[in-house]
Amino acid sequence: MRRTFNRLRQLVRSQRNWAIPYVLFLGFFVVVPLLLIASYAFTNGSGHFSLENFTLFVNHIESVNTFVYSIGIAILTTCLCILLGYPAAYILSRMKPQSASVLVVLFILPMWINILVRTLATVALFDFVGMPLGEGTLIFGMVYNFLPFMIYPIYNVLSKIDTSLIESAQDLGATHREVFLKVVLPLSMPGVGSGILMVFMPTMSTFAIAELLTLNNIRLFGSTIQENINNGMWNYGAALSLIMLLLIGVSTWFNRDGKSKDERGLL
Amino acid sequence: MSKGYFFSRFYLWLLIGVLYLPILIIMIFSFSEAKVLGNWTGFSTRLYTSLFSSNAHHALFKAMLNTLVIAVIASTISMMLGTVAALGISKLRERQRKMIAFFNNISIINPDIITAISLFLLFVSLGVSQGYTTVILAHITFCTPFVVLCVLPRLSSLDSNLYEAALDLGATPGQAVRKVVIPEIRPGMISGWIVAFTLSIDDFAVTLFTSGSEGLETLSTYIYADARKGGLTPELRALSTLIFVTVLLLLLIINYRSTRQRRREKRDSVAKR
Repeated sequence: MRRTFNRLRQLVRSQRNWAIPYVLFLGFFVVVPLLLIASYAFTNGSGHFSLENFTLFVNHIESVNTFVYSIGIAILTTCLCILLGYPAAYILSRMKPQSASVLVVLFILPMWINILVRTLATVALFDFVGMPLGEGTLIFGMVYNFLPFMIYPIYNVLSKIDTSLIESAQDLGATHREVFLKVVLPLSMPGVGSGILMVFMPTMSTFAIAELLTLNNIRLFGSTIQENINNGMWNYGAALSLIMLLLIGVSTWFNRDGKSKDERGLL
Repeated sequence: MSKGYFFSRFYLWLLIGVLYLPILIIMIFSFSEAKVLGNWTGFSTRLYTSLFSSNAHHALFKAMLNTLVIAVIASTISMMLGTVAALGISKLRERQRKMIAFFNNISIINPDIITAISLFLLFVSLGVSQGYTTVILAHITFCTPFVVLCVLPRLSSLDSNLYEAALDLGATPGQAVRKVVIPEIRPGMISGWIVAFTLSIDDFAVTLFTSGSEGLETLSTYIYADARKGGLTPELRALSTLIFVTVLLLLLIINYRSTRQRRREKRDSVAKR
């Protein structure tokens, strides 16, 4: 008893051992569950290894259609968010830090209202102006929900750009346009990258929001996954989740360069 | 001022206006008894009074209470776990640090539905009955990585030998942490707690999948069930308005205090000179 206590004390004394509980926690609540998704995806109902779930997906035209359609909607939403959000982030980054920080808070503040309530409020807005619920309202609602996630990372990167770089470009005779295209834009790409991650994935995977925005007429991939799990089709649902995970892996891979620099700053 | 200046300001305020329009509608209609948003039936504060008085909306009140209790417990535990983890991680070698960072990022990048389903499968295969405990565990899972991200940068600017120095001077590990380390990283811990709290309150997917079938409702799942039935409990508008105003006030106070502090620091540094 005394010996284990002493050993424990030794462990606590070295600060690096403090990471151990969290490592165990991550293992149990992040890694094991993800492995469980994979194992469910590759087994059939009776627990044997099979690719049945994936062949089911490929042959199920409706699921594939939903998948492709969701990717389309997500790409469109992401592009719109960049088009609307980049100028806003740029303007914010050129303002005095004091007023910029207030405006940034204003952009983030709506996030504090429950996402479902906000979505229902946009639905009410569409009712108000007499817009029929459908594809248009779906995209508007998604952009409305996720725009702050695009503005914030871009603003963060833009506001950290060393102004002397811009000044020296100007001194060397670059026009405003050239300064923007050749200095500011390339330097801000990591922000755009994390913005894309933060908008694309949630758009693909949200359920409920799409249903609410279109009166259940349009469903995105997230809803398909949720319904299958809800109906007890765990193996099939897990397979769909795994496909989603693959997509995430691919898009983070593309984002790797910008991201890894960020991480080095943080960790 | 130039035309470009005017135009850029106009653009920003236009975006903000559109972002706030739906919220404004909720707020306006929280003062009306209308069943659906959009048709005004006259001013009334009935929604507010019934939110706090009647038993008719007991379910809504209970859901709100559940949401708050879960958020407070989950974000507090996340803060502690994440802070201890960050303290350890900051001492690790580059390679181990990268490994942990990788898994930390996985749980941040994962969309909530993946987190939800993976945890659902975990609890199901363990045969745990789902309820309060599983929801809180799930919330801790997706909150803690953010706490780690909030605390770590603070530690890199902290003198790395402070903790050991305190131990050498005879402090117990507990004292060293309480009196030396925590005061230095408190701002990171607080912002980590706030992020965790917001995430927990706003969460919907993870709660839905881990709350089981015993009828545990949070605000999100309550609203979801409500919306599916086709319509929102009118009292929700009053509740949302209250939440929004509270947050707005809190942020204003924080902002005011930090600017005042900044001004005071400036004055002090001028005075020293």
